[in-house]
Amino acid sequence: MKFKALKLIIAVVAMLLPLNAQAEKMGIADPARDKYYSALEGKKVAFVPLAMGFDLTEGWYAGMKKALEPLGVEMILRDPNWSADAGSKAISSLISEKPDAIVVHNPDVQTYAKLLRKAEKAGIHVVQVNMKSAFPTDAFVGADWIEIGELVTQKVIDQCGAGTSQKIAIVQGVLTAAASAYQLRGVSNILEKNPNIKVVSNQAADWDSTKARAITETTLQQHPDLCGIVGFWDGMDIGTGAAVKEAGMHEKVFLATSGGGGKTGCDNLKNDIFDVFVSYDVPGQARDLSNVVKSLLQSGNKPGKAGKVSLFTQLQTLTKDNMASYMGSGACWTVESLASN
Amino acid sequence: MFKLRNQELIILIVTVVIFAGFSVFLDKFFSTGNLLTLMRSVSILGILSIAMAVVVISKGIDLSLIATLAVGTALASVLSSADVLPSIDLPFIYAVILGFIFTAILCAMTGILVAYWDMASVFVTLAMAGVIYGLGRTLFIRDELNYLPEDAAWLEYLGRGQLFGVPMPIICFLMLAIIMHLLLTKTTFGKFVYSIGDSGLAARTAGVPVRPILVMIFILAGTVAYFAGLLTAGAISSINTRMVAGSMIYDVLLVVVVGGIGLSGGKGGMHNVILGTLLIGTLLNGMVIMDISFIVQNLIKGIILLLAIMTDTLLNPRDEQTTQQGDI
Repeated sequence: MKFKALKLIIAVVAMLLPLNAQAEKMGIADPARDKYYSALEGKKVAFVPLAMGFDLTEGWYAGMKKALEPLGVEMILRDPNWSADAGSKAISSLISEKPDAIVVHNPDVQTYAKLLRKAEKAGIHVVQVNMKSAFPTDAFVGADWIEIGELVTQKVIDQCGAGTSQKIAIVQGVLTAAASAYQLRGVSNILEKNPNIKVVSNQAADWDSTKARAITETTLQQHPDLCGIVGFWDGMDIGTGAAVKEAGMHEKVFLATSGGGGKTGCDNLKNDIFDVFVSYDVPGQARDLSNVVKSLLQSGNKPGKAGKVSLFTQLQTLTKDNMASYMGSGACWTVESLASN
Repeated sequence: MFKLRNQELIILIVTVVIFAGFSVFLDKFFSTGNLLTLMRSVSILGILSIAMAVVVISKGIDLSLIATLAVGTALASVLSSADVLPSIDLPFIYAVILGFIFTAILCAMTGILVAYWDMASVFVTLAMAGVIYGLGRTLFIRDELNYLPEDAAWLEYLGRGQLFGVPMPIICFLMLAIIMHLLLTKTTFGKFVYSIGDSGLAARTAGVPVRPILVMIFILAGTVAYFAGLLTAGAISSINTRMVAGSMIYDVLLVVVVGGIGLSGGKGGMHNVILGTLLIGTLLNGMVIMDISFIVQNLIKGIILLLAIMTDTLLNPRDEQTTQQGDI
């Protein structure tokens, strides 16, 4: 009886053995791997930018889509097209739709603050990009505007030392926009330390390249010995640079500005429209955003309960001569390149 | 040739006083370089005001001019850009013609709604601005900022070149003003425009084809705006459709009203546009030289618009006729 049973076991094992050998896996299994995929599979992430259609938001969205969609994350896009009101409505309706995370691009520090608090209470992770709200949420990913203002101004002042006219002009964006107001603080931080520098023109061009061009033309007429210009955004400062170049003064007037670091900005460096272009590295920001979303969704923390993190972007100071060396780390990107490869 | 009405005289005096004041008190204001810069910076605004003036003379208003300008021009640059239609590789000049056809069709729609549907132009054009922008952005234009293709050098010459030391946009503005002046004063079309502005009903009774003329007026205005858009793009090698959301349309109205083209229609001409453009140009230039903040600049512009409308109402008081027909 016993012997029979043993024979049977041996027979069964013998039958299974070759099979077993065939299915034997090499290497070792990663026990945390499934957790990563299952934490992301089927999740919904909403993106509420200021507007689509310009390099920053197109770049972030393309980058996030590329990183998250293959993992089974559904991306939802709500484009309020520069209307803070439409943006508020979009967030309100998202709160009732309950995606797992919202990535939001604030128009200013106040408008969305209450809504973002409400979203986190409703159990939605909120990640803010490039513009902070007065209400800090789980994470902020973006540029440190004050640092940008300081960096850009310092670059201009470095060129406008003793022996030059030490006259500079400032071309701001929209006065009420926080990105502009913070940069201005950075500018004044540096100016305080350099009392010799004279600001001969400090005008707001409304993020509008045509206005920037007209203002700069007048300023150059008035101050032909102008030494440098502090610009606040590359999309606007193509007008500033065009006015300088047309006046035949791009050798004398130093123009520094900042932006997302895309190909058009690099082209403007090549064409001597800009002298310095401080990039906040949109491909890097897109990766930061995707990774923050991934880690929030895996953490299991309740939205708004764990520590709040800020990830300030590493800035890249691009010039005509050094930009080639930054291309490997994402500078001079296009939306197509972010969406594919 | 130009009979100055009281209002125009007032504006002329105001312009001269401000101009003289700036020349005395602002260093380097009265220099050839600065005066050319002054004119150049408002020449696009001036061209748009030519478009608006024709509509206002016919007792209408066109709030969709900026949308036409931006979307038409952006469409032209998108159609010829290598990224969008790599297979066709459309030369820029053909893209410009396609952009023109697009704007002409939409402006004809505006005109038909105003003329045949009897709707107030202020509402039609307000709605059409949204339609034009929305259609353009959804169907063709992905990015707000659109760069001109390489073969647009001729346009860049128009936008930033010079002829005998005078920037091309100034020359374009003055040429266009002369052409429009001839069209309004020497042709039957022009006489019809004034008669419709005076009284649409009387014009119709007198046998003026009011409705077709109204449609033509909107197409004409849209075409001039499209040209202004091409010049804008030529000046900075790119066009940003976000300007649709800006306050430029109010600047255009400011020029037209300040220049003395009465909002009750049938009055004024190209000399008003030039006068208005010069006044606004002088002010803008002076305010930048004085480094006045953006908010205060807007305040000053707003006050001037109010004063101009008040003068308009004072000098052209409402009588029975205007009350019956209402304003635009």
